[in-house]
Amino acid sequence: MFRNQYDTDVTVWSPEGRLLQVEYAMESVKQGSACVGLRSDTTCVLGALKRSVSELSSHQKKLLEIDDHIACGIAGLTADARSLAKYMQTECLNHKYVYGTPIPPHQLMADLADKHQRTTQIYVRRPFGVGLLISSVDSRGVPHLYQTCPSGNLYEFYASAIGARSQSARTYLEKHYETFATCSTDQLIVHALQALAGCVSGDDELTVDNGSIAIVGKDQSFTLIEGDALKPYIDQLEQKADNDDEEGEEEKESEAMET
Amino acid sequence: MLPAAVPSRQHTVQPMVTGTSVLGIVYDKGVLLAADTLLSYGSMAKAQNIPRLHAVEKTVIGASGEYSDFQRILEILKAKALEETTTSVMDSLYTEESGMTAENTWNYLRMLLYSRRSKFNPFWNELLVAGKDLKGKPFLGSVDKIGTTVRDNFIATGFGAYLAMPLLREKWRPDLTEGEARALLEDCMKILFFRDCRASPRIQLAKCADDEVLVSEPYELDTAAAWQAEAYRQSVGELEDDGGW
Repeated sequence: MFRNQYDTDVTVWSPEGRLLQVEYAMESVKQGSACVGLRSDTTCVLGALKRSVSELSSHQKKLLEIDDHIACGIAGLTADARSLAKYMQTECLNHKYVYGTPIPPHQLMADLADKHQRTTQIYVRRPFGVGLLISSVDSRGVPHLYQTCPSGNLYEFYASAIGARSQSARTYLEKHYETFATCSTDQLIVHALQALAGCVSGDDELTVDNGSIAIVGKDQSFTLIEGDALKPYIDQLEQKADNDDEEGEEEKESEAMET
Repeated sequence: MLPAAVPSRQHTVQPMVTGTSVLGIVYDKGVLLAADTLLSYGSMAKAQNIPRLHAVEKTVIGASGEYSDFQRILEILKAKALEETTTSVMDSLYTEESGMTAENTWNYLRMLLYSRRSKFNPFWNELLVAGKDLKGKPFLGSVDKIGTTVRDNFIATGFGAYLAMPLLREKWRPDLTEGEARALLEDCMKILFFRDCRASPRIQLAKCADDEVLVSEPYELDTAAAWQAEAYRQSVGELEDDGGW
């Protein structure tokens, strides 16, 4: 993207009718490590690839609990994400205090989208440099997956992925999403991890250290699966990769025999 | 000597125009509320055909105490209901059933009344809230002027707490039919008319059952028979010939 004279303030339109500052903020989302979300008829699963700055540092937490029935995955500026998460957590608590009931997710999302939009129309502020994938369950037990972006646009998805190299995850999800509705929670988790596995950089692998999963569902409060608890699911992935290797070897053998 | 400054903000210290008891009872299929239609200005019977039970969406609210505070509370609840139905939210992939249940409204009123009491400026009311709870079961709850909440199968405010509750406690069963519940409430309202100086026999009923919410027009209780009670016709004894005077 080239710099030009219309990109200094968020309140300045470019001649093509674009808000360049907002678009630059959306670039920031693409720099964050990948986050995927998908849902069945009863459960919504988020998966995230945790990045660590160096071998000495811990992996950055990417899945946050907003309420018993709402979880949030982040990609982009972590500090902005935490500020938004705190806002959502406060809204959830206030709603529960006032009305005695968990906040309807669509209501929280509407307020969140408005909060994003406000920053694109005020001179003194900047857009949030983070994309969020929000998984939730409504009062009737129906799960919903929402995605926000710095522009203030809010969409609901059957499945989505954001962050670096997330196109490979989106391709995988597009291929399989029609089967998700009736998947069990465990199957959804494996799908999420399989989608994430395509987003790791270079020779790295998806491991129990850099993968994480969050679940919300009908009769299922927020649950975070990290570390060793992730192993049984990661192992299923490796099997699939191993199966691919075996098939490759068989083909090679048969080719060798033919010549 | 400079005159003392008069404070421009005042806090509620006493109610002016008041309604008396409101009764509520849960029966097999729903909830029934009853209240008379009298507004008192101290000992004056100021207005005799004023409904103290109001429906807002799927909830019925009955108020005793300061009537102007009740009118303000209804304004707030109606504005909230309108906001819910008119604020457009992004179309979800599935339609979300929205709308406050009676239990939500009860919680909201708790927050409202408690925050006012914390500023020493209470809504001087005791409210009964009737409808459905979050699980779809019949709901009856009360909120008083200091924000106390009670949920129960039968509740009475004001004088009703002293005169009607003993009768309700004695007669209530979980499988009351609507007819039985109504008869019980009317009996209590008669007793209240006889013994509460600020009550009248012109009453109003409200029902929340299945999915319907109905508030009746005011009607008069039949109290004619009561005046034929023996005590009113024949005094039991006299003090000497001149009444002991």
